[in-house]
Amino acid sequence: MPLFYDARIRAYLYQVIAIGVVLLIAWVMFSTASANLAKQDIATGFGFLARQAGFVITEAAIAYEPTDTIGRAILVGITNTVKVSLLAALFGTVLGLLVGIGRLSHNPVLSRLMLAYVEALRNVPLLLYLLLWYSLIISVFPPVKQAIEMLPGVFLSNSGLVTPALHWESGFAALVTALVIGATAAILTARVLGRRRVVTGKDRPIALIATIAFLLPLVAALVFANIAVTWDAPELGRFRLSGGYHLRPEFVALLLGLTLSVSANVAEIVRAGIQAVSKGQWEAATALGLPRARTLKLVILPQALRIIIPPLTNTYLTVFKNSSLAIAIGYPDLVMVSNTIMNQTGQAIEAIAIFMGVYLGLSILISLVMNWYNARVALRER
Amino acid sequence: MTQVDTLVSNAALAPSREAPPASRSRWFSAYFGTPGNALITILCLGTIFALAKLAIGWLFVDATFVGTPAECKATSGACWPFLSAKMRYIFFGFYPFEEQWRPLTAMLLFLGACLVSMVPKLWGRGLLVAWVAVILPVLYVLMAGGYFGLTVVPTTQWGGLPLSFMLSFIGLACALPLGIALALARASNLPAIRVLGVGFIEIVRGVPLISILFMATVMLPLFMPNGITIDKLVRAQVAIILFAAAYIAEIVRGGLQAVPNGQVEAGHSLGLHYWQIMRKIVLPQALKKVIPPLVSLFIGFFQDTTLVTIVGLLDFLDTVRTAMRDPQWQGIAVLEGYVFAAVVYFVFSALMGAYSRFLEQYFRTTHD
Repeated sequence: MPLFYDARIRAYLYQVIAIGVVLLIAWVMFSTASANLAKQDIATGFGFLARQAGFVITEAAIAYEPTDTIGRAILVGITNTVKVSLLAALFGTVLGLLVGIGRLSHNPVLSRLMLAYVEALRNVPLLLYLLLWYSLIISVFPPVKQAIEMLPGVFLSNSGLVTPALHWESGFAALVTALVIGATAAILTARVLGRRRVVTGKDRPIALIATIAFLLPLVAALVFANIAVTWDAPELGRFRLSGGYHLRPEFVALLLGLTLSVSANVAEIVRAGIQAVSKGQWEAATALGLPRARTLKLVILPQALRIIIPPLTNTYLTVFKNSSLAIAIGYPDLVMVSNTIMNQTGQAIEAIAIFMGVYLGLSILISLVMNWYNARVALRER
Repeated sequence: MTQVDTLVSNAALAPSREAPPASRSRWFSAYFGTPGNALITILCLGTIFALAKLAIGWLFVDATFVGTPAECKATSGACWPFLSAKMRYIFFGFYPFEEQWRPLTAMLLFLGACLVSMVPKLWGRGLLVAWVAVILPVLYVLMAGGYFGLTVVPTTQWGGLPLSFMLSFIGLACALPLGIALALARASNLPAIRVLGVGFIEIVRGVPLISILFMATVMLPLFMPNGITIDKLVRAQVAIILFAAAYIAEIVRGGLQAVPNGQVEAGHSLGLHYWQIMRKIVLPQALKKVIPPLVSLFIGFFQDTTLVTIVGLLDFLDTVRTAMRDPQWQGIAVLEGYVFAAVVYFVFSALMGAYSRFLEQYFRTTHD
């Protein structure tokens, strides 16, 4: 008995028991699952990925045909998920920033309107909004035959939005290279000039110089590279629009729902972050003679950013995971494609394992990137 | 010179100023002080007016209040007869029509009990015992039947708002102890237990709820020994519990970290062992700190239970959807159901949000 009262031995005992229980459960599940699968004649393993998919995916960011492999179909699902979450995070952040600042406005009408916006979005399930936007698009807009031509070449109907598309004949690579070079040059100049301003105290129009640095390679590319573009305008046929770039109602509804939900969360985070900066900072900046806009930019926002980044990370992770609600309105994201594969091949375990693994991996990636950014803006204490 | 003298002499020297503007003009300047501000006010008022006009037009002016589906189709506004015709189905799903007083009673009893339990002064062991020993069994018997001459209603016929309440409430109630255990595991000194805790929490938090629901409904039957089947409702419920537990664990961990280490050391020096320290010293302080974020989390989960409709359970959102797909009304009432459901969710979520803010005030013991 005295052995049991030794704290160290007891610690080992607990750990061995815990691991043992987990392993036992895993083993029982594994053995029953393989027995069940053997009985149903379902082959295990990931061999099915190389088989022909055979189903249509209505929207694909990369080239896809039903004759492609199942692995390719999953890749299409992943790109669709990433595409819609990236766009929603981008638009939602911009919109949320505006709404959050609007909530802090001294104008009572504006701040209350923004409060109503945030409350209306946060108190109703996202799934309900997605279904609402989807059925709104489907039922309120006219059928394709009577599509509304908003601008020349831009058609709005209940099968989505069709806009003219640009087709690159040549020079696409040159343009992308120019964009990358320009962006790098702009960031570098802004950094060097910013550092020099700190050292010398002389204020130069940094934004203007950086913009010029960004545009120069672009202009060079336009002048020297042989860029040829064809304009593909949609044409209204009897039953459908042909040509152009087609935004489907599923995509529009999902993007709208996710963007609005992100914007409401970002607005709350921004408001809380700015309010958390103590009032003395505002007063000190005013005492130094800084106008309100510069106070916000130079004094308040850098401090608020430290408070804002961690919850913002969570919001981005949430929108990425919430994009899986796409299955409810039929946007072919990773979950929906996996679900189709599951129904076709019966490989439920593998399909679920794949999409859970992808979500987990990308979630960790987002966390890492945001943590890196957080470490950069964190307070450097002596 | 004393201070009073200074003030008096300054007052004598200072040139006389005009009286401060009346309060009416301060009110005025908040709305129309500068041209920019006036523009914002006018734009906002314009937006509110346009939205109100749209809403009133759809809800009342162009709406049909009594009539048949055909009459609804003729007008462009809201179709109220749809809601009145489908109300009982939307609330109770496929629960037998004659027996629907039972989910209604259960729901009212549940809401009443919740309302009473929301008073922090009543919190204690007595309330917990009352819930476990009286309220939950009564609710179960009301819903499932089988005793006191009530006919048996299988869970496949449960649906609507009672199901949504059940999934979120039981989900959170069971997830709380599990979440606390996970948080303790994550904060544990024993490496193996810590790794297990961290692994579970991070994996569950890294994937969407829908994937866990899929696992529970599609994958779990494959893991069950032959002949054993678990009710679909129970499987979804377990998925929600596991999912919620991981999020609760993270919140509780925040509370645990906020308790100074000296409290644990003090417990050790008194000769208490781990569980005594946790139960009597650390957890009471930690949990008190995390009650407001837990209520916020509850609001989120109440909304997230709508996801069970994707795996085919008849929750409130699902009954709304299927009501709109009724052939008699299809294509006529396309928005009414969703708007109604949105209002119901909004009311409950907003009330809980207000309660969360009340709790935050109530537990604010510091004077900052």
